[in-house]
Amino acid sequence: MDKPLTQNIHPDHDFTSLADYQKTGGYRGMRKALTELQPHEVTQQIKDSGLRGRGGAGFSTGLKWSLVPQKTSDLPDFQQTRYFVANADEMEPGAFKDRLLLEQDPHQLIEGIIIGAYAIQANIAYIFMRGEYRLAAKRVTYALQEARAQGYLGEHILGSDFNLEIYLHTSAGRYICGEETALLNALEGKRSTPRARPPHAVASGLWGRPTVVNNVETLCNVGHIIHYGIDWYHSLGLGADHGTKLFGVSGRVKHPGLWELPMGTPIREIVEEYAGGMLDGYQLRGFLPGGASTDFLLPEHLDVRMDYDAVAEAGSRLGTGTLIILDDKTCPVKMVLNMEQFFAQESCGWCTPCRDGLPWTVTLLQDIIAGQGRMEDLDTLAGLTRMLGPGHTFCALAPGAMEPLQSALKFFREDFERYIVGNNDELEYA
Amino acid sequence: MKQTAEKSTSEDLTALEIQEINAIINHYEDHTSVAIEALNIVQKHRRWISDSTLKAVADFLQISLAHLESVATFDNLIYRQPVGNTVIHYCNSVTCWMLGSEQIREHLCQRLHVEPGETSADGQYTILPIVCLGACHRAPAALVGDELKIDLNTDAIDEILKR
Amino acid sequence: MARIQIDGQFYSVPEGNNVLSTCLSLGLDLPYFCWHPAMGSAGACRQCAIIQYKDEEDTRGRLVMACMTPVTDNLRISLNAEQARQFRRDNIELLMTNHPHDCPVCEEGGECHLQDMTHMTGHNLRRYRGRKRTHNNQNLGPFINHEMNRCIACYRCTRFYNEYAGCDDLQVFGIHNNVYFGRFEDGALESEFSGNLVEVCPTGVFTDKTFSAHFTRKWDLQTAPSICVHCSLGCNISPGERYGELRRIVNRYNGDVNGYFLCDRGRFGYDFVNSSKRIQHPRIKQRNACIQTAKEHFHQLLTRAKRTIGIGSPRATLEANFALRSLVGETNFFSGIEDTEYQLLQTVSQIIRDGGIHSPSMREVEQADALLILGEDVTHSAPRLALSLRQAARNVSIELAASALHVPSWQNAAVREIEKQALTPVFIASIGRTRLDDIALDTYHGSPDYLANFGFAIAHYLDSSAPEANALDADENKLAHTIAAALKQAKRPLIVSGTSCSSLAVIQAAYNIAKALPSPNRQLTFSLPECNSLGLALMAGNDLQQAFTAIEQGQADTVVILENDLYRRAEKQKVDAFLETAEQLVVIDSLKNPTTEKADLLLPAASFAESEGTLVNNEGRAQRYFPVYPAPDSICASWQWLLGTMENSSWQHHDDLTTACAQAFPDLTAITQVAPGADYRVKGSKIPRQPHRYSGRTALHANIDVSEPGQPTDSETPFAYSMEGNMAQVPPALLPVVWSPGWDSNQAINKFQEETGGHLREGDAGIRLFEVSGTLAWFNGIPKPYISEPGVWEVMALPHIFGSEELSLQSPAIAQRLATVCALMNPLDAEQAGIDNGDCVIISDLSGASLLTTVIQIDTNLSSAGLLCITAGHPKFQALKMGMQVTLRKFNSDSEVGS
Ligand SMILES: Cc1cc2nc3c(=O)[nH]c(=O)nc-3n(C[C@H](O)[C@H](O)[C@H](O)COP(=O)(O)O)c2cc1C
Ligand code: SF4
Ligand code: FES
Repeated sequence: MDKPLTQNIHPDHDFTSLADYQKTGGYRGMRKALTELQPHEVTQQIKDSGLRGRGGAGFSTGLKWSLVPQKTSDLPDFQQTRYFVANADEMEPGAFKDRLLLEQDPHQLIEGIIIGAYAIQANIAYIFMRGEYRLAAKRVTYALQEARAQGYLGEHILGSDFNLEIYLHTSAGRYICGEETALLNALEGKRSTPRARPPHAVASGLWGRPTVVNNVETLCNVGHIIHYGIDWYHSLGLGADHGTKLFGVSGRVKHPGLWELPMGTPIREIVEEYAGGMLDGYQLRGFLPGGASTDFLLPEHLDVRMDYDAVAEAGSRLGTGTLIILDDKTCPVKMVLNMEQFFAQESCGWCTPCRDGLPWTVTLLQDIIAGQGRMEDLDTLAGLTRMLGPGHTFCALAPGAMEPLQSALKFFREDFERYIVGNNDELEYA
Repeated sequence: MKQTAEKSTSEDLTALEIQEINAIINHYEDHTSVAIEALNIVQKHRRWISDSTLKAVADFLQISLAHLESVATFDNLIYRQPVGNTVIHYCNSVTCWMLGSEQIREHLCQRLHVEPGETSADGQYTILPIVCLGACHRAPAALVGDELKIDLNTDAIDEILKR
Repeated sequence: MARIQIDGQFYSVPEGNNVLSTCLSLGLDLPYFCWHPAMGSAGACRQCAIIQYKDEEDTRGRLVMACMTPVTDNLRISLNAEQARQFRRDNIELLMTNHPHDCPVCEEGGECHLQDMTHMTGHNLRRYRGRKRTHNNQNLGPFINHEMNRCIACYRCTRFYNEYAGCDDLQVFGIHNNVYFGRFEDGALESEFSGNLVEVCPTGVFTDKTFSAHFTRKWDLQTAPSICVHCSLGCNISPGERYGELRRIVNRYNGDVNGYFLCDRGRFGYDFVNSSKRIQHPRIKQRNACIQTAKEHFHQLLTRAKRTIGIGSPRATLEANFALRSLVGETNFFSGIEDTEYQLLQTVSQIIRDGGIHSPSMREVEQADALLILGEDVTHSAPRLALSLRQAARNVSIELAASALHVPSWQNAAVREIEKQALTPVFIASIGRTRLDDIALDTYHGSPDYLANFGFAIAHYLDSSAPEANALDADENKLAHTIAAALKQAKRPLIVSGTSCSSLAVIQAAYNIAKALPSPNRQLTFSLPECNSLGLALMAGNDLQQAFTAIEQGQADTVVILENDLYRRAEKQKVDAFLETAEQLVVIDSLKNPTTEKADLLLPAASFAESEGTLVNNEGRAQRYFPVYPAPDSICASWQWLLGTMENSSWQHHDDLTTACAQAFPDLTAITQVAPGADYRVKGSKIPRQPHRYSGRTALHANIDVSEPGQPTDSETPFAYSMEGNMAQVPPALLPVVWSPGWDSNQAINKFQEETGGHLREGDAGIRLFEVSGTLAWFNGIPKPYISEPGVWEVMALPHIFGSEELSLQSPAIAQRLATVCALMNPLDAEQAGIDNGDCVIISDLSGASLLTTVIQIDTNLSSAGLLCITAGHPKFQALKMGMQVTLRKFNSDSEVGS
């Protein structure tokens, strides 16, 4: 079985019920975990599987779970309760992978949550879902009812002494709510600004309790890993990373879409074979490999493999694994402006560089596009990309925002300059 | 912290709203955490959150009105101004923008004689931009009421508005 | 200690603090906005960027925020690295993209932290060409202006207001660069500490509205170290004057007392000094007289008198009271406090002196890890103390954060996150609801007798040798045991009580509890009625009733009243009789009041802003205030009036009085060391009251008189009405106002502290008069539970921050925030009496004479029967005195017509 995540997802039926899910082996991972494995053994298996977070940062999932303090009697009271959270806030421009999993195979996520919650001994879990995912919310709610009716949720699951409730929390929306610590604040009914680390959520998260936050896609892997084993999982990846990954392509290609492929699939294969190559009359100018907050790569990078390290080596990030294609008829400066507007609007307003630097970035780009730019504006923009870089701001939103800009300044500088010198007649952008 | 036992009047909320809020109130460690879900519930029934509705929710949850407003104005989907029967959220994020979201916006605005953020004269539609809807491979996209609409073009918009 | 390296220099510093705070402690300049020594780090403004190096080999380093970086051994950092400097400059540039260029019309200008930091980082050229975002402002009430365009979104205001001060009506709204700090709708800020926003805000968003009405730049204000006179805590203040008018009050840092913060009564109560009720000239038989005539007249009165008695005052200084006492003689000196209060104060002073229990400063209060408040609504009776108690309530979570999560206390958000999970045991036993109930684990409500009995019970549970209280009911008993257990476990338990209940038993019970505590670090503090209540109590004297008797029985014929409106102390008939019987009545005071109206000789007294003197606060700390500006020619300090009429006295100066007072009372021996005397010089000069940029000093009155007057001289204090002198060498506790090169704002204070947020270098102002000594026997005045008589109500006068204090009430801004006039009643009582919430009632004394009409408010937290709670000291309730028995009758407009 080479497509564990999407095996139940078919064009002809759009929802996997509990019965459907179980037909293909669903909940057997959970059964194994709860009846055969100790919590720390579950964590160890996930760690050994090499599963890395699919939310964008690629942190080892098993390692994250193992950082939750062991329940011992000398642990202070407030650390005895812990929480598990599934991050279903998908809002990165260009990303459309979690929605598919949520809408079409919600039990896969629920199973992953149950296993994860068992591993860290959490008795309450939340699915934090962006408010716009109305259909996903309906289906997840239905699936939760099914799971509860089946005894997979509630008290003494499968006769074990493990209890779990999963609650769906629908957010009222902001990109920043997807940032792990901002998400926790949002869940607590506070303004969704990120938190300083340390302490990390695994030590002090929701209401100060140890908390694990994982991406939806990450969790969808978990049941399969426990059920089919580590070797099987390792056999799925093509490069250094293991398992499969949902890869997507959007933009002017023949068949934009989403496919489950081995980790490490070459970009060329994804763009040219699965997405069918560029639409007629369009040339590939560049692409963002993993959503709006990743650096542009160029056609010369097509042979890079889509895994964490390879993409990083090429100068970008795997991010969400959903590519956005820049064609030759789309103005890269305007495209960057669109993304910077998004980031400026979604800045939570907590730290200065992000809150005030992104709007300035936007006005500079607008000035440039309106023909009122100056050459030194490009230096100012470059300065801003450094100013808002990693570690300089309170969270990773602003550094993410700077990735497409800094790479565009590098790769498409002539486009910026042409606006400034006022000689963009030769541009034929749509 | 112990909440001071302030008597609250929540007659503003309907029995159904109260019932729905009460159904989730125990999902969280405290009342503050219920704020957004409670607003979502009430907004589902009333379309938008007026000042007095906000007060009613704050009273019911026994949380500070100003705090509730602080959260409500942070979030995107809490409408603090009246909206029409159906809110059309057209996606203006990168792929949709590339594939024509500006035309979608123009067409919507032209058909309804509104600007983004406004409600059509008949009270049917409110047009608002939204960030990426997770449908980039079927761009441009929009959320019309509760329904995701994809592969949009002007004809599709006309079709939507016809209903 | 850790050895760290900053820009190549080695330092030895305490481990665990954050780097920003540590750098400032070392005297280095590093810009910041969101960090505040009292509120910890937020990491929001990103202004304190520095470079941190991994090790000796690392040459590139990594940009980090100093405020979020803990000091560890071998830490190596650079403040001066170009990358860090550029980041800080660029960060200011970003803040400035939206900040208006309105410094010339901004009231923060000249003391603006943002200005200082902009200079410090060197940002001076504007590259941003876009539009600035603008906001509408709100009306936030009589104290605070709102100018949101100037906001740099450092989140200090909401962090102070919500977290530090525990009030939630000020919030941040919106998102991204459209964040708005304000209220849900226009209206007065609810917090009693809102005035601190003026100093907490690093720009001109929140400014002092009362100051706006007569605005002057900081550098044009003449200032002197002073002490707030509006309650017993003795917060340190810097009042500022221009053109003979008191313009504003700002906080004056005292590491032991008020730290960085004041309450709103203290900050905005000053305007009484400028009030039209000020007595401007001496008056003989209601006619203006000149000073010389008045002095002679005063002298004659005294010589002619058969016997003169003097009535002192808890709001006058030790020196003024002592001068009066010396003038009339010890046996003829009466403290001017009515007998119950007199008795309470005597007991409190006995406890502080000989009780063997530490009387904590507010800094020490903040260290408590369990606390019981017995009988006080501290926010109203000792406001600044409530702010300290609120911080104490965090200690258990701070300790837990450190032990369980290894998170230091300055990691503010992280510590607050576990606050709900780790509560400091705070218990409040009070008459009704209090403003600190939100930090209380549990509360108990009852009349003073019940509170006292409850307290005695706790003491007994702590130590069975303490006398046993009357039996409690099951719930009360359980709670008393819980409280006893929590206090017993605590390392630094604190008992807070005071005089608000007018109950000796409450004070005694508080002492018994404290005495019964096993911890050697136990603390006991009392809130007292006025700024020098304790000082006066230490001077003894007799109570007011005895003065009344002396006149009534004809033992004396002449009365000198010092700064005391007797109508606030005793029932009107008694005071009327007293004042009318006295043949000659001399009153020394600053504001007209019913007592001054009766004076045969009225002597205008200088206010605290125009005179000097020593006060003893509730802790037992003696502190001196100094004149900010000279009193007008026709007005003298009280002590001067009194000294001026003493024949053949060897005392010429204020210092002589202080010394004599110290000699007369062993408890007060130390008061001569509270501050240096008038002969003190710094490098040969006196300490200047005017900043070196003070403008127009000789031309101030050119519109009246073009001749340049000489600067007034001050022969009484170490301060000069001048800008000359060496400020750099002045001991920090004597600084009239804080300023340091490059630091025009009040944040300059970090240059004068031993470490940021710590004590002032060379010591904080004031001297503690008492350290732990002796012990007292258990008190056993266990009260019989008060049984109310149907139809009869006992008046309970509860303090209110804006309604109770005599002087601040005369400040217009405070008057606008006057407590609503109504009497509180418990629901059961109201039901039995057939009274509804909002009903108007006529209150009569037991003889049936009606005293006043008022609206009744039913308070569910008032549990004890038969109490009618009113605002103490409120002019409207002048006819009612604490403990009075009254009857009520519903006001019915028809039936009233005939009567
Ligand atoms: C601005 C921002 C937005 C993010 N949004 C999401 C999101 O929508 N969904 C998600 O899973 N992770 C998101 N992340 C990543 C999370 O912070 C976190 O790393 C992730 O949920 C951890 O799950 P994983 O380890 O399974 O990947 C976001 C991060 C940032 C900085
Ligand atoms: S948050 Fe900011 S000011 Fe603020 S002190 Fe730090 S980084 Fe510094
Ligand atoms: S860009 Fe519009 S759905 Fe993604």
